[in-house]
Amino acid sequence: MTAVPALAVEDLSVEFRTRSGVVKALEHVSFAVGKGETLAIVGESGSGKSVTAYALMGILDPAGRITAGRAVLGGLDLISASASQLADVRGREIAMIFQNPRTALNPIRPVGRQIADVLMRHGNVPRVEAPARAVDLLRAVGITDPARRAKAYPFEMSGGMCQRVMIAIALAARPALLIADEPTTGLDVTTQAVIMDIIAELAGESGMATIFITHDLALAGQRADRVVVMHAGHVVENAATRALIARPSHPYTAELIAATPDSAASLDALASIPGSLPDLRRADLPPCRYSERCPRKVERCDAPLPRPALAEHFVACWNPL
Amino acid sequence: MTPLLDVAELSKRFPVAASGSTLKNLRRRFTRAADEQSQVHAVDDVSFTIAKGETVGLVGESGCGKSTLVRALTRLLDPTAGSIRFSTRDLSLVPARDFAKDRDRGRIQMVFQDAGESINPRFTAFDAIADPVRRLKHLSGLALVETVDKAARQCGLPTELLGRYPHQLSGGQRARVGIARAIAVEPELLVLDEPTAALDVSVQVVILKLLARLKTELGMSYLFVSHDLSVVRLLCDRVLVMYLGKIVEAGPARAVFDYPLHPYTRALVAAVPRLDGIGLAKLRLSGEPMSPIDPDPNVCRFYGRCPRGADICRTQMPPLRRAAEGREVACHFAAGGA
Ligand SMILES: Nc1ncnc2c1ncn2[C@@H]1O[C@H](COP(=O)(O)OP(=O)(O)OP(=O)(O)O)[C@@H](O)[C@H]1O
Ligand SMILES: Nc1ncnc2c1ncn2[C@@H]1O[C@H](COP(=O)(O)OP(=O)(O)OP(=O)(O)O)[C@@H](O)[C@H]1O
Ligand SMILES: [Mg+2]
Ligand SMILES: [Mg+2]
Repeated sequence: MTAVPALAVEDLSVEFRTRSGVVKALEHVSFAVGKGETLAIVGESGSGKSVTAYALMGILDPAGRITAGRAVLGGLDLISASASQLADVRGREIAMIFQNPRTALNPIRPVGRQIADVLMRHGNVPRVEAPARAVDLLRAVGITDPARRAKAYPFEMSGGMCQRVMIAIALAARPALLIADEPTTGLDVTTQAVIMDIIAELAGESGMATIFITHDLALAGQRADRVVVMHAGHVVENAATRALIARPSHPYTAELIAATPDSAASLDALASIPGSLPDLRRADLPPCRYSERCPRKVERCDAPLPRPALAEHFVACWNPL
Repeated sequence: MTPLLDVAELSKRFPVAASGSTLKNLRRRFTRAADEQSQVHAVDDVSFTIAKGETVGLVGESGCGKSTLVRALTRLLDPTAGSIRFSTRDLSLVPARDFAKDRDRGRIQMVFQDAGESINPRFTAFDAIADPVRRLKHLSGLALVETVDKAARQCGLPTELLGRYPHQLSGGQRARVGIARAIAVEPELLVLDEPTAALDVSVQVVILKLLARLKTELGMSYLFVSHDLSVVRLLCDRVLVMYLGKIVEAGPARAVFDYPLHPYTRALVAAVPRLDGIGLAKLRLSGEPMSPIDPDPNVCRFYGRCPRGADICRTQMPPLRRAAEGREVACHFAAGGA
């Protein structure tokens, strides 16, 4: 980790009010991403990966509320910043790639225009230069014949091409932080590799910090410098990628690795994770939200968890492996 | 032994036309294309077989025609040419719109990619599973309830969940409802289009083990479409690799992934992310695939992206030919010739 992180998230907590109770979606989430570094966030469906991204982007559902925490980007706390400060930062300093590219793009506007819009709004690019710069960006994300493709509508492009356009838009303003929420889910592995290369290349060139959200631990293992493992709204482990995969400390991380098909010689050797995420509306959630599923539970697990200090290898467990 | 499914020279082409678009400028662009009768060659001269009890994987780039192929097989759309022999009958002769009432309808079932979207939101889990049983097996009353319960049990769905609507179920539970409704009529062939793409690894493991168990219990054959080569390797006996409408390689799954013969398969295998992070492939496919609209029939579809790309590759389409050990490959330069 670099000395001054590009983004430092501390103690972030988010709740959703619903008719059936308050969903404690995030609790004391902390992590940091350095300049030019890629941090992966992994965890089961419902573990709070997207909510973390939305909270940082300031686009939580109206039912959601940030109840505590800070997220400091370049000296500015995104959580307590005023709306006008945020409007300036978002789009220029932080950009996000959403999971489904086709629905995130405007269906009735040519893709080149959509990129030019972002350049004019956030990149201080004059109107006359924007179209040519948009074509440059399409070329930069590896689209062949970019001048002609700039005139295409999203439905005329394959899923992989739409995703590259999304990346071109996200990178248009040279953001300091990119949040990519499952950017390659549903794409084949060759297209996935190309898209991940493009992100990595631009991160390397411009020192952009990247938060990369995925279900795929093997992909995280290959692409991230650090991995944050989330379970039921908690960060349970945060470590350098190689160390985390070779020597997981949290029992949940070990279970995730054992459920990843890549690691198995046969179907029998694959293990599903016993139990399921606890109901986050419960009033009596235990301090460790994994304890009810955990094969290593001891008495001490009922005590409050170690706090996510920004340690080199952090594990939120009283009885780690 | 005759195979359960024998697909021969199957093609599906879509005319490029302005259907449904309300935008004037879009329509203008398309009317021109339609005048020239351009066609998307989504599936082009595809032949393969599936034996009884065999699990066959289907992999390939997004947009290469996998979904179109399985939709033609399950008779959701009419192929442009070719035959689909199932047991002893050519199903391609039955128009798609009549197939819903066909006597063989129950023998082929399909599990769609997004289990959530393919289940009617106003159906409870019970109704969703019961619907094909009612229509295809004409069961009602106690017999219907028993059949639904049995299918739910085989898929590990607790009976108390059967009264719930799709939005009240988790992704994994919805995926099981999708599988339960497909197996409730006891099909001989189950076609699955990316059944686990939207699920996390934990639920995926449960579904994969369920499929493996149902295969031994019910003796079904599977055609399994997936982007996840690690999963195909674990689940499938054989694999078909498609590139831009054509099968470019076929053979035993492990052999194909361990020693790919076609340059596209090599690139595909090299791109699979690995937990140990080893071998972050230097092998990348550059550029976009060739357009599927009116492709030149004499040029190899992989030409332009293929690292080899010799002269013969753009004057002669390589046919799918037999190689050693039950393998097939469509490349002028692939080793392992029989
Ligand atoms: N608008 C909302 N109202 C109530 N609860 C919500 C809302 N949005 C998210 N949640 C809850 O917050 C938790 C975290 O959800 P989140 O979408 O972050 O999961 P995720 O890790 O991104 O999962 P996936 O891998 O499926 O995308 C879940 O329990 C979810 O049900
Ligand atoms: N109804 C249609 N009209 C015109 N073209 C179509 C139609 N359906 C599919 N296509 C085209 O046929 C080709 C194959 O599409 P298909 O959906 O079969 O691909 P796929 O292999 O399933 O891709 P993915 O992995 O992304 O699901 C694509 O070029 C697609 O644009
Ligand atoms: Mg999410
Ligand atoms: Mg498809």
